[in-house]
Order: sequence, then structure tokens, then C-alpha cells
Amino acid sequence: MSRLLHTISVALAWFIGFIWLFPLVYAIWAAIHPSEYATHFSLFAPLTLDNFKEAWNQAPFPRYMINTVAITLLILAGQLVLCTLAAYALARMEFKGRSLMFALVLMQLMVVPEILIVENYQTLAGINLIDTYWGVALPYMASAFGIFLLRQTFKTVPEDLENAARIEGCSLLSIIWKVYVPLAKPTYLAFSLVSISYHWNNFLWPLVVTNTEKSRPLTVGMSIFGAPESGVDWSIISAGTLISVGPLLILFLIFQRQFVQSFMQAGIK
Amino acid sequence: MQPSRQIQAWLLLLPALCLLVAFTHYPVIKTIARSFFGFGVRWQDAASLDNYRYLLEDEVLMQVLYNSFLYAAITVPVSIVLAIAMALWVNGKLQFKGVLRTAYFTPTVLPMISVANIWLFFYSPEIGLLNKILAWVGHSGYNWLGDPAISLYSLMAMTIWKEAGFFMIFYLAALQTIDTNLYHAAAIENANKWTIFRRITFPLLMPTTLFVLVNALLNAFKLVDHLFILTKGGPNNASNLLLYYIFENAFSFFDTAYASALTVLLLLILVALALLQFGIIEKRVHYR
Repeated sequence: MSRLLHTISVALAWFIGFIWLFPLVYAIWAAIHPSEYATHFSLFAPLTLDNFKEAWNQAPFPRYMINTVAITLLILAGQLVLCTLAAYALARMEFKGRSLMFALVLMQLMVVPEILIVENYQTLAGINLIDTYWGVALPYMASAFGIFLLRQTFKTVPEDLENAARIEGCSLLSIIWKVYVPLAKPTYLAFSLVSISYHWNNFLWPLVVTNTEKSRPLTVGMSIFGAPESGVDWSIISAGTLISVGPLLILFLIFQRQFVQSFMQAGIK
Repeated sequence: MQPSRQIQAWLLLLPALCLLVAFTHYPVIKTIARSFFGFGVRWQDAASLDNYRYLLEDEVLMQVLYNSFLYAAITVPVSIVLAIAMALWVNGKLQFKGVLRTAYFTPTVLPMISVANIWLFFYSPEIGLLNKILAWVGHSGYNWLGDPAISLYSLMAMTIWKEAGFFMIFYLAALQTIDTNLYHAAAIENANKWTIFRRITFPLLMPTTLFVLVNALLNAFKLVDHLFILTKGGPNNASNLLLYYIFENAFSFFDTAYASALTVLLLLILVALALLQFGIIEKRVHYR
């Protein structure tokens, strides 16, 4: 009885694993075969790269890709600097109103920028940042999640280290840079991977704030590309999809362990 | 503490604080103001409750709210149960569990928009894969996205597929912190697997379940990317969700004021979720 249950459990585990991987496997299948094979399976279907060529020519992928990379890195760079400074102040400095400030920061965990698209659009229109990288990036740069995560890590750094550095004559900024940042490396890695995968995949806000190829990221480009009205066939859509997820997917497969551990770490805190 | 250190603290905090205020707190306040003083895209001199009055009369909104809560009420528990099962499998003694873990986790790293494009093909009525499979067993198939009775459930299926692996990670982390002595003790007592799960594993996973629950509920209300590809809220709003409805009002119907009233409603729902987290549930969760 127990043996049977075990077998069923294992079979179910693999069945679900199969379903979870299937859409990606299907997309690869459709992308590397001529379009008449998108809807029926044949072991002897001829291989082709034409779908990738077609997709590449139908949408300005290189431009989208550059935009996505630029936006993702701009956000990450901003987050790392701003969150480090704020996290240190909240973790290690006594000042009036600290707990109130921390509460204000934490509010953003609940009220994420996506929800405030209407007003944030108005704000950015007011300072002429619609359809720019900065427009996409600014609302995300002060990440409550990043501040929270780094604050928790900084709190575990022994204060003796900081005092020693101060006696050596280090300024406040160099204490942060030379003592806290190196000791928080795993947290930075975890936060960076989470942030990159979030912003690489982000859609709603970039959709609202970008209008042209000049700043449009891959996700928004894909939503136009994949729209049924544009009459693209499935094989080409699959190829386009793979182009758009390719870099992130490869990054994920290479750094799989770090990815998984990063998400875990980010969750435990 | 010298005053200069106070100033230093504020200087460190200032850049992040300015952006937070500009893009979180200020827009919240302005949203509330606009919901009272706004009319269409313009501002009025006097406060009025017109936007809220309309909110109460709006039948589409009732449909949208019903959809949103149903969507959360089904996707969240199903994702959580699946996530726990996945974590137990991957944490167990299965062969090739690394492959399995990758399979479960992969949907998480793919953009919702891109995977929605693939699922759109599965769901398409004429040539779609699901209907082809149904045709093999002699069924005439469904209009997965075009039938108002099914379209919301089709969205849910994809959401569960996208999210379960993400939540699995948190359970996996939690499972690895459970003291193995507890399991040894249970083995000595001859407890069966179900008892072990119910008496040891599940209670110890409770804090994780709370964390995942709150995040999953949040996601259910803030993640609407797939609607843009799959259904656009249709047919006839049968699969419309609150945030998508806000987007439509603001950027398709250009009724910014009404969109603001809707945003206030969404904010209230989120506040209620926050209270739920800090109030009722937290008291029941041990080992925090």
C-alpha cells in the first residue's frame, strides 16, 4: 500500500514537472521547425532557423534588448547605491524619527509602484521623462525590499569592526564601503538576481511610460509583436519569445544554484 | 550622539526617501485627492462624491471585484498546496531531483508576457494544442479564452503554473531548517508519513505559509500582465481584474478621476491584507 502510494507520488511529481516545462519545450519545438509543424508533431520534421530570422526582422529586437538591459542595469545601480545608504542609516545610526522613517519605507512593500500608475504617469509627464530610461527606472530605484534586506544584514555586522575602522580614521562613507558592503556580499548577490529578474520581466509600468522604440523594453515589444492582429504565425512568435527570454534563461541555467538560493535568502529575511 | 551624526543619518537616508515619497507617498495622497476633486481628466474646485457614487453603481466593477476575489481565492490556495508538494518532492530522496527543481522553477524566471504568448497558442480555439488533445479523445473542445464561463479559469491555470514554483523555493528553504531529530523521534514512535507531515512538517512551515500567503495575495491583485495578451479582460469583462480595469479607465477611457477612485479601493484592499498579516494570522503562527 505504502509502496503504491510512493509510486503514485513519484509519478505525479514527474508529471507536474513535465507540464511545468512543457510550454518552454513546445516553444523551442515550434521555433526550430517550419511553421506547418507548429501544430503537429513529427520526429522527422526538418530543422530550420528561419523563424528566428523572420522574428528578428519583424521587430527591432536588438533595440528592445539594449533598452531592457539598460533599464535593468540603471535600476539595479540606483537601487544598490540608494538602498545601501538608507539601510546603513536605518540599521546603525540613531536619529529622531528613525522608526517612523522605517515604517514609511516599509509601506512600499505593500503599495508597489504598479498600483500607482495613474499618478506616477502624471508626475513623470510633468518632468518630461515619459519615454525615457529614467522614466521607467525612477519609481523603482528606492526599493523598500532592498533597504529592508540590507538593513537586516547590516545589523548582523559586529559593531567592533566599525569602531576599529573609525579609530583607523575611516570616514562614514568609507566605513560603509570597506566594512559593511564586503560583509553583505551574499545579500547583494541575492538582491541583484531578484531585482534583475523582476525588472527584466516587468511589463505594466514600462507599457504605460514608454511610447516608442527609443525606450521600449522587450516585454512591451513582445506584447505588440505577439498581438494576434499583427498576423504573425506561431512559429515566429515562439522564436521571438525565445529571443526575448534567451539571455535571462541562459543566465538562470548557469547561475541556477545562486538564483534559487538568492530567492530563498530573500524570502527568509 | 552629536548633532552632526544626526545630519549625516538624514543625508544618507535622503536620496532614497525623496524617491519613495515622490513615487509612493505623494501619489497615494494625490490619488485620494483626485478621487474627490477629479472629474474625467480635469480637477474641480469643490470636493464631490460623484466618483464614489459611480463606483457603487458600476456593474462592471462588481463583476471585476467578483473576478478579482475569485481569482485570488482559487489561485492562491492551489499554488500554495502545489508549492508544498513540490518542495517535499524536491527535498526528498527522488532521483534526478535537480532536474525536477529546475522544471518547477523555470516558469518563475520567464516574463509573464512571453509565456502568455505561448499559452495563447495552447488556448486558441481552432488550432490550439488543448483542443487538439481533446479532439483525440473525441471531444469537440472549448473556447478557452472566448467563453465567458471559462476565460477567467484559463487565466488562473496559467497563473498557478507561473507562481507555484516561485513559492516552492520558500518552502524548500524552510524545509531545510527543520531539525532532523524531530523526524528521528517520529520514526521511533512509528508515526506514518501523513502524521509526520500533519504534526511536524506542516506546523513548522506555518511562518513560511503566512509569508507566501501574503505575497501570493498581493500578486493576485497586482499582476495583470497576462490579461494584456490573453483576454484583455474579456469577453465582456468576464476575466477582467481590478488593476487591469484601473489601467483601462486611466489609459483607454481617459477617466483619470474614476481610475483614482478605483485605485483607492485597491489600496484599501491592500491595507486590509496588511492588517490581516499583522493582526489576526500572526497571533496564530508559532516559531516566528
